[in-house]
Amino acid sequence: MMQTIRNYIKTFAMWELWQGLALTLRTFFRPAVTIMYPEEKTPQSVRFRGLHALRRYPNGEERCIACKLCEAVCPALAITIESEVGEDGTRRTTRYDIDLFKCIYCGFCEEACPVDAIVETRLHEYHMEVPGENIMTKDKLHAIGDKFEAMISADKAADARYR
Amino acid sequence: MSWLIPQFVANIWESIPQLFQHLIIITSQILGVTIVLILTVAFTTYFERKVIGYMQGRLGPNRVGPFGLGQPFADVIKLVIKEVVIPQRSNRFLFLIAPLLSMIPALATWAVIPLTGSFVIADINAGLLYVLALTSVGVYGVILGGWATNSKYAFLGAMRSGAQIVAYEIAMGFALVGVLMAGGSLNLGDIMQAQAGGFSNWFIIPLLPLFFVFFISGVAETNRAPFDVTEGESEIVAGFHVEYSGVAFALFFLAEYANIILISALTSIFFLGGVASPMEGWTFLGEGSFLREPGFFWLATKISFFLFVFFWLRATFPRYRYDQIMRLGWKIFIPITILWIAVEAVMVWMKVGPWAV
Repeated sequence: MMQTIRNYIKTFAMWELWQGLALTLRTFFRPAVTIMYPEEKTPQSVRFRGLHALRRYPNGEERCIACKLCEAVCPALAITIESEVGEDGTRRTTRYDIDLFKCIYCGFCEEACPVDAIVETRLHEYHMEVPGENIMTKDKLHAIGDKFEAMISADKAADARYR
Repeated sequence: MSWLIPQFVANIWESIPQLFQHLIIITSQILGVTIVLILTVAFTTYFERKVIGYMQGRLGPNRVGPFGLGQPFADVIKLVIKEVVIPQRSNRFLFLIAPLLSMIPALATWAVIPLTGSFVIADINAGLLYVLALTSVGVYGVILGGWATNSKYAFLGAMRSGAQIVAYEIAMGFALVGVLMAGGSLNLGDIMQAQAGGFSNWFIIPLLPLFFVFFISGVAETNRAPFDVTEGESEIVAGFHVEYSGVAFALFFLAEYANIILISALTSIFFLGGVASPMEGWTFLGEGSFLREPGFFWLATKISFFLFVFFWLRATFPRYRYDQIMRLGWKIFIPITILWIAVEAVMVWMKVGPWAV
């Protein structure tokens, strides 16, 4: 009986509605959680899997030995490799293409690589304007690797103790 | 003021026939109010997006101009340069006339709204009836738009809107009967005058239930959340304006926001004393303080508050189910208003408390 009366009073006083309004009003005066993207950025993990890069040894020799493990492990079949024996008798790639449209950024190529040649960097702000730009050739991958070697090696060193 | 006007302008003005002088004054008043109103509508959209943004822990628009204040103009330019697509199987004439039909009443109603203590474009005695009539005409635009589109979704939206407005118009009308009994006039200026002289004279005190019924019916009348089943995105895409684009859509948009501001203004005038100041008796504010004087400032403050409440409701409540809307309108609001009118009548007759005139 009392419960029924109380429920009637609550209904007519719109009690639950006021509660909802109070919640939104509280949020109204709370600072917004928005991050102003191009100016501010959220922190990134060193394991972030973004744009690919091919690395070199400090003496300038390219790391990749054309073992094709990355090509084999790639679940999206995004990697195409052709290789031959170079003048110094080492196996080198003549072609190393990654199709960014096929790539699913799983990082398996990086895991598979025995010489840490192919890596995924933290870069994620890139775009393509012309058809064909989505194919990352060996030259482009090396250019990224050369440019961001400091960042890549720092990231790898930071993550090394967990591997 | 007269020393501001050069002699030759005054001479030209004198030479114009009386009738044309009158016409020019009225036209400039109408233009002035309309332009201010349209600008207000533009910034109301910005205000809405900011309020809802903050209530959701976001910032709202802040990219165009300082604090994003250019956003409404960017939106308008975008809509104006877009094509008005006319569906092939639609009724072309009605399709194009419908946005106008919903916008014209929304703007025309402002003619009888007293904006300051004395300024009103048309000081007519049947102002309240005029307001009721024009707000009802506004639904024609929605129904015709939905019908002329020749689309199931638009038609459903239009039918919902029609039924909803019929239901809530009655509750709204009954709530206004209470205001009439308290104010003793159909003239909006007189109703406002009856509430002059401090907070205790405002009709919100004796007519509190009617205030709630009127405002919530107003939310339903303007098809705003949580009563926006006419454009309920989840069920019927966008309701009556699915097929509208460009300027035609902008007109519907303009009408909707003009109606929101109108309902806010009406609520302030009927229940919160319009231009009256709540601080009238506060002598410590000083003799000449504008806070103690009735004026447009107070009406604008009250309108802004009710606009905020509109957006607050939208940010808080999920959309009503259609049959719940009907139940609320017919089974709850109408009985409450009738009951309260009876209470008010008895109280006035017995000369009790705040009801006694």
